[in-house]
Amino acid sequence: MTEMIDVKNITVDYESMVRPDKVHTSLYSDPEIFEEELDKIFNNTWVWVGHESEVPETGSYKTAMIGRHSVIVSRDRKKNIHVLLNRCRHRAATVCEGKRGKTKSFMCPYHGWGYSLDGALRAIPKPEEYEGVFDKSELPLISLRFETYQGLIFATFNDDIQPLEAFLGGAKKWIDLFVKQSGGFPLKVLGDHRFRFPGNWKIQLENTTDAYHFPIVHKSFVSSVDEQTADIFDFLDGEGHVEDLGNGHSVMVMIPELVDLDKNLDDPIPERFQALAEELAAEGHSDAEVRRMVRAVGGSGFNLNLFPNVACSMAFFRVLAPVSVNETEIHHVALGGEGAPAAFNQMRLRLHEHFQGPMGFGTPDDAEAWERVQKGSQAGTGEWILLNRGQNHLTTSPDGNVSGAVCSETGMRAAYQQWKKMMTA
Amino acid sequence: MTDLSLLNQVTAFISIEADMLDFEEYNAWLDLWSDTGVYVVPIDPKETDFANTLNYAYDKAEMRRLRVNRLLSGEAVSTQTTDKTVRGLSRFRILEDSDSHVTVRCAMYLSECRHGNLKSYPADVTYKLMKTDNDFRIEEKVIRLQNSDAYLSSIGYIL
Ligand code: FES
Ligand SMILES: [Fe+2]
Repeated sequence: MTEMIDVKNITVDYESMVRPDKVHTSLYSDPEIFEEELDKIFNNTWVWVGHESEVPETGSYKTAMIGRHSVIVSRDRKKNIHVLLNRCRHRAATVCEGKRGKTKSFMCPYHGWGYSLDGALRAIPKPEEYEGVFDKSELPLISLRFETYQGLIFATFNDDIQPLEAFLGGAKKWIDLFVKQSGGFPLKVLGDHRFRFPGNWKIQLENTTDAYHFPIVHKSFVSSVDEQTADIFDFLDGEGHVEDLGNGHSVMVMIPELVDLDKNLDDPIPERFQALAEELAAEGHSDAEVRRMVRAVGGSGFNLNLFPNVACSMAFFRVLAPVSVNETEIHHVALGGEGAPAAFNQMRLRLHEHFQGPMGFGTPDDAEAWERVQKGSQAGTGEWILLNRGQNHLTTSPDGNVSGAVCSETGMRAAYQQWKKMMTA
Repeated sequence: MTDLSLLNQVTAFISIEADMLDFEEYNAWLDLWSDTGVYVVPIDPKETDFANTLNYAYDKAEMRRLRVNRLLSGEAVSTQTTDKTVRGLSRFRILEDSDSHVTVRCAMYLSECRHGNLKSYPADVTYKLMKTDNDFRIEEKVIRLQNSDAYLSSIGYIL
């Protein structure tokens, strides 16, 4: 066994597989590489596990995945958040099932060990046989290191890596801008669409900053919106850009006018939100409030890709969970405002349903393209995936970052350089 | 005592609707609806407040029309790789019957074939039908997929 691992370490040469302008096709399909990614990337960096609004009060919980690890995000009696491994300390059964909910405690279904919301082991049926064997305080649910930024919760198995804010670095500014889209109310998760596609997780990772595919893959979506909206989505020839934010993160600005949703509040109200504006005004909201909500309702004009598993993508969080080398689960998390007028949140829900999810007008076509990438990448005896679009037209952004045209592959290059750094560490 | 004549009528109507969807007569399908009708595929099968929650689909008349356009346009690559669907409906039960409306629940077994893979989507379907002269118009159709609360794959047709 040890010998095999040695051989693997010699043969998988990540340095030569990830070039500045292309990556080797086996990155999509080699099961050994996949196993190593789980260990070297997902076990060793900050992984998004949720948003604070998903665990709003004492007893709220949600489940999430960090690579193959099932974890629970919970809120205890003191309102503190915990990220706990979903694994009984006795003989490993999961102690929590389902996406999210409310509970008083986590009870293992196998032999009945009971854990409190902070993970402490509280109850063991028939404890006599453990007399002198261990004390309950020694066996809480395993607690993970976690930190939050703007309500986004990230956890890690590695206690030694840099603090979350240092890891986010240049991405923080964009998260600050992204959370402005709840129209003056606290950002709140409204639900999520979950689907799987038969392909490697990095195909989805790449896609978040791939503007190039939009007019092709999403032709039917563009056909389904009014002319003014179609114009806004016709951003390939616009003034947008893609910027490498460091640590594998990148941002793709598609609609520069919608980068800062607190600005340009006097702009004319778009046709498609006219009825919403009227409804909100009729409910008694001031002109300033109405303008703020209407400007925010369609989301931000950019996709922020955070390595390795989450994106702040226009109006939703895109979360990816690798299942196997050729299967990936995606969650499209819908967002709204806590306490916002029902009409505002309803519009956000309807916009989300229009594009996202297995029955949306956008997502199924993305999934089809990604499935075809996985299938096509099996052909040939060691071909390459090209990432060189726009590489001769790079500039420096005002923040001092490498920047390319909106449809350049700058974001993908950034992600793969971080991938290489972690895989060769 | 079940009103067998009414049961027959609604069963006939719903069977035709199913046939239209399997044979992609989408424009004819649009005409089966009342102007105020809503087509819903919820995520949580227990949900009843569809307007205020996230659904897979929540289509009023305009979105139904756009969905049909998308399917017929040939512009959407995901709709081109799904072969014909086959669905069967059974277990019809009338839940409510008034002068103006009848509510029916039934079981649907739908199979799709994408890229040569056969996959099935069992669902409970509830129809609220508006009574017209000798016929019905769909006021609400709610499709509760058996696996709706888990993860799905692309659905490139109308459930
Ligand atoms: S495995 Fe949990 S109590 Fe035994
Ligand atoms: Fe896309």
